[in-house]
Amino acid sequence: MKLAVLSGKGGTGKTLVSVNLASVAGNAAYYDCDVEEPNGHLFFKPENVTEKTVFVKTPEIDADDCIGCRKCADFCKFNAIAVIGEKAMVFPDVCHPCGGCMMVCPQNAIFETERPIGKIAQGVSEDVTVTSGILNMGEESGVPIIRTLLRDMKANPNDFTVIDCPPGSACVVMESIIDADFCILVAEPTVFGVHNLNMVYELVQLFGKPYGVVLNKCLDGENPAEVFCTEHNIPILGRIPFDAELGRLNSNSEIVSRIDEKYHKLFTCILRQVKEAVQQ
Amino acid sequence: MRIAVPVEENEKEICPSFGRTPLFYIFDTETNSGTLIENDAMNAPGGAGIKAAQTVIDAKAEVVLVPRCGENAAKTLEAGGVKLYESVGLSVEENIQAFLDDKLAVLTDIHPGFHGHGGN
Ligand code: SF4
Ligand code: SF4
Repeated sequence: MKLAVLSGKGGTGKTLVSVNLASVAGNAAYYDCDVEEPNGHLFFKPENVTEKTVFVKTPEIDADDCIGCRKCADFCKFNAIAVIGEKAMVFPDVCHPCGGCMMVCPQNAIFETERPIGKIAQGVSEDVTVTSGILNMGEESGVPIIRTLLRDMKANPNDFTVIDCPPGSACVVMESIIDADFCILVAEPTVFGVHNLNMVYELVQLFGKPYGVVLNKCLDGENPAEVFCTEHNIPILGRIPFDAELGRLNSNSEIVSRIDEKYHKLFTCILRQVKEAVQQ
Repeated sequence: MRIAVPVEENEKEICPSFGRTPLFYIFDTETNSGTLIENDAMNAPGGAGIKAAQTVIDAKAEVVLVPRCGENAAKTLEAGGVKLYESVGLSVEENIQAFLDDKLAVLTDIHPGFHGHGGN
């Protein structure tokens, strides 16, 4: 089973939920697709880590052959090419390497090179295989890294896989949930939390994925996120209490369910709810 | 010399977004007259700054007056030998005058673009 964990913004407890669910599941795989800020490995502290560089193809112009005809720039729908002083110039960070410019160039002045944009690191933490995607600073799109992660996930199927998604609902998040059997939306009990929850709620509906919510930082009293769930008939899979001890352990990058029986129970219970929901 | 300014539909005010401006006002100091050209990049899904810069370069502008500018647009303009100056206030006319009077500073607010992928 593949479980994707989402939230509308960072810092809502998405990694807390992902890491602990993978831990209590046992024999699990954890994939960190939050490639701009992969934090999961800080919790798991995996051993025997191997790394693999991820490259993307980028067109390059041979200025000697370029006659400045602009066919490439006119073709490129991402506007990744400008032609200045009769010479084409490529902007790799907005190029979505489609290769089209190479095909239309009458001079064969465009050739393909490979450019590293980040890496994938894989290691083991107890019985969890931890795989993280890491996008280099300044790179625009983490999609190629996420695709590499998902390819690895398909090539090495596991009984239980947790996908820690990037925050938000942009295209990188969509990539991350394509293969998921179930989506967990992590929400905070505030009005902003509801706004963020709504973003990912709309996304999972769009993709027709079964889903449920885990409420984080729950206090006694009114919880706007909970009200939202009730109004929209969204199943609540669990509530993580606002608890100083948990906050402290989590901010020290500890996996709380590995340390304290009470948190182990909490996440086991959420996991059971997920499994029941998937079987239905 | 030709000066380019991104302007709003009302043709009088500076548009703060270089890449997404609807129009460019191109003022020619030799003829002391200006023309408006459309910005094709206005609704581009990505790379708007690059495309808008191309438009300005093709219009043979040597100077652009803007409040701020994205990285890729700035790079393109630089390659085209176009200099960026920081506009003050919204009036197109006043800014052109201020530039001619040597009162505008070189633009330093160059920001990395979001290119429509900004996480949220
Ligand atoms: S490969 Fe595609 S996206 Fe990249 S510059 Fe060429 S035409 Fe544009
Ligand atoms: S299509 Fe080829 S020759 Fe024409 S501008 Fe582009 S790179 Fe230069």
